[in-house]
Amino acid sequence: MKNKGFKAWLYLLPSILFLGAFMLYPMADVLIYSFEEGYNSASQTYFGTGFYNYEYVLHDPYFIQALKNTFLLVIITVPLSTGFALLISLALSSVKKVRGMFQTVYFLPYVTNTLAVGLVFMILFKRTAYSEGLVNMLITAFGGEGVDFIDGPYWAKMFVLCFYTIWIVLPFKILILTSALASVDETYYKAARIDGTPKWRVFTRITLPMISPMIFYLVITGFIGAFKAYSDSVALFGTDLNAAGMNTIVGYIYDMLYGDSGGYPSYASAAAIILFIIVLTITVINLLISRKKVHY
Amino acid sequence: MKITLDHLTKKFPNRNKKQGGFVTAVDDFCFEIPDGKLIGLLGPSGCGKSTALNLISGLETPTEGRIFFDDEDVTDISPEDRGIGLVFQSYALYPHLTVLQNIMFPLGNLRGANKLSKEQMRARAEEAARLVQIDTLLERRPNELSGGQQQRVAIARALVKTPRVLLLDEPLSNLDARLRLQTREEIRRIQRETGVTTVFVTHDQEEAMSISDLIVVMKDGSVRQIDKPQNVYDDPKSLFVAKFLGTPAVNVFVGSVKRGKVFIGDDEVMKTECAENMQVYVAVRPEGFIPDVNGGLRCKLKGVEVMGRDTSIISEHYAFEGASIRAVVNSEDAPDRDSGEIRFSLKPNKVYLFDRKTEERVYFSTGDE
Repeated sequence: MKNKGFKAWLYLLPSILFLGAFMLYPMADVLIYSFEEGYNSASQTYFGTGFYNYEYVLHDPYFIQALKNTFLLVIITVPLSTGFALLISLALSSVKKVRGMFQTVYFLPYVTNTLAVGLVFMILFKRTAYSEGLVNMLITAFGGEGVDFIDGPYWAKMFVLCFYTIWIVLPFKILILTSALASVDETYYKAARIDGTPKWRVFTRITLPMISPMIFYLVITGFIGAFKAYSDSVALFGTDLNAAGMNTIVGYIYDMLYGDSGGYPSYASAAAIILFIIVLTITVINLLISRKKVHY
Repeated sequence: MKITLDHLTKKFPNRNKKQGGFVTAVDDFCFEIPDGKLIGLLGPSGCGKSTALNLISGLETPTEGRIFFDDEDVTDISPEDRGIGLVFQSYALYPHLTVLQNIMFPLGNLRGANKLSKEQMRARAEEAARLVQIDTLLERRPNELSGGQQQRVAIARALVKTPRVLLLDEPLSNLDARLRLQTREEIRRIQRETGVTTVFVTHDQEEAMSISDLIVVMKDGSVRQIDKPQNVYDDPKSLFVAKFLGTPAVNVFVGSVKRGKVFIGDDEVMKTECAENMQVYVAVRPEGFIPDVNGGLRCKLKGVEVMGRDTSIISEHYAFEGASIRAVVNSEDAPDRDSGEIRFSLKPNKVYLFDRKTEERVYFSTGDE
């Protein structure tokens, strides 16, 4: 028996080493840094330990701004993108003829480079010396007043960021939901039809509960993904996100480590730990809700 | 509710589009299902029996022909307005709803004047649950039930709207052998208690024989014979029907009628008043053999299986179609295993002649009566 245990550990050794070196150790390290005041990675020195880093980060207006941006992004994009994805997949599963073509079209953003999509968004929204941007041209054509979406008011920038994020995450969600819808057994619908179930009731009482595990999966991964948003913001507003006021938490962490104001691993660690706590809390809440709502 | 099928035909476009054309799943069905009876649609898989059921339910629309419930033409009426209950082969119970919610589901769809209050719905559902004896399981979910219990829930859900017609698609195929016996009795009982006209589909002849009032034997989309179970067994109209019903299966020999006598190979086995000389199949039910030292049918004895009440005699004959002849006789008549040859005389009412070409029944009398 003892020998068997030894063998089991031996087989696990490669993955334990790998995970330990590249996951557990860095995570523990980040936790430690976050409590070490003014840590300097070159000289490996610090002034003292305590909650100073957290205090600083939580009072940093840039961090507060990043926190606000990230929360807005999460709250707006996760429900909207999931809802749109559900609508589109429902529409997709009810068309027969050109479904393949539509599926390809909806999946295109998934295989397109984030920055390339960002470029397209620039053309759509950015005001330059030569052009107002396509969207503004449309708005003015219909008698509205153009807005600078990239360098203008906060709500306009937020709108573009959310629009962009939803656009990027939609294909994957559509993919998951169409396959979830396709996997619902046809006989359930036949049974409902025999009973004369109205369409809306079929959707709410049969389809939705049947695909609820997949919806829940998308909501959780959506939350986590949106909290970790960074590249979307960079693609639209460039690297100086603090100046644009469109920084995210991950962006703040990056800036603290490498940005113009970089070289503050302690603050970066503290911010990372705060992000971790937020994501953990949200996920736990999600799980608790899903226990009540999701069946199977 | 009497169901009348009038020249009912269903054609599906061929799967292989290049070939084009149609596959006829149900071919010119013309029969009547009497009120309050239990009808078995019996046939090998792919014979169109499920399509026939779907046509009656309204899930499929016929290519030609009409369907009447009593005198009402329901051909163009949608399934929900036909007043039918349908039990699917897979039961199709909603996994996220409890047994009670499943049974109540159809009632929740009622609108307008028929709309029921929560209490009324519950009362109706409980009544249906009592009928199928699952009233102690109401709070469970389908995956916490055995196959037989799920089947009952499905029947209760189909019955809760008090349908005019109950349709069952292969109701017993997902159950193990013991439950199958029990459940088929149960279906019979429920049908008797409610008196609802019931049509069920099966490929198992024993199932159909044991509980139906009337059997519809189908092959390749067409009806081969409609009669009471015993009549279908005793008086098959074609070789297919004779082969399909009965276990052990009927024994089919290649034979002929010559000069008023029936021959199996060169063995003269029976007199007949069938005047014509013709090539026939001679089908003999296992219980139609009598071991007889002077019998006309000479077979090579291969084995004897004693089953208690009766004994199976396994033998061979060169004119036999298939591997070995199985005759079931009383255990007292069992022959000596080592005798090598066995001779049978045949019971005339257990012997059927079929035309070699058409495989249709050729009636004959031995002239003795």
